[in-house]
Amino acid sequence: MSPVLLAACLFALGCYAVASVLVMARLIRGPRAQDRVLALDLLYLHGMLVMLVLGIRHGSDEYFEGALLIALFSFVSSAAMAKFLLRGEVIE
Amino acid sequence: MSPGLPLWAELVIAALLVLSGVFVLISAAGLVLLKHFFVRMHPPALAYTLGTWCVALASVLYFSLLESRLMLHPLVITILLAISIPVTTLLLSRVALFRRRVAGIEGTPPPLTARAAPVTNADSIPNASR
Repeated sequence: MSPVLLAACLFALGCYAVASVLVMARLIRGPRAQDRVLALDLLYLHGMLVMLVLGIRHGSDEYFEGALLIALFSFVSSAAMAKFLLRGEVIE
Repeated sequence: MSPGLPLWAELVIAALLVLSGVFVLISAAGLVLLKHFFVRMHPPALAYTLGTWCVALASVLYFSLLESRLMLHPLVITILLAISIPVTTLLLSRVALFRRRVAGIEGTPPPLTARAAPVTNADSIPNASR
């Protein structure tokens, strides 16, 4: 891997780390429950982006499935939590 | 590791990765700094669309050149997000509206069914029970 690409990968990973810390602050401080659900959804997205960039960093295809699974679980968990906040139960 | 990767491709991939990092950082800062929930729902869209698309395009370019055949599978993630994110966003906005209404905050619009109820019989409206 060339130094340009390596530096770009490390910069992107650093940006995701800082952004995750900021979102974590919103997750802890969030005045109401929907703020926390939104912050958790964004944290899932940051994890997925980290997996994709690590795939480029190591030149490996294996990270893609992990990223796909994280995207899927993010949808399921956020929808379930939003449904719970809306109706008081997940499956009616 | 990558002997055949040309310089222009490396520069494009690096630029896409840096751009994605900047977009994600801006969206996280917006989520922390903005004051109200309905305003705060907007900055994550930047990370959902631009941040993910940049990384997916960089991934497509990198793996296509690395294995010298067209590898489009990272775009599956962007398609999946494009389907699932509007659903969760709409659900969350409805949650916020519902909880504001329950908490009795001033200036919250009433539910549509409650406004239609005094005018007509509720049984005659299709789908009136949600």
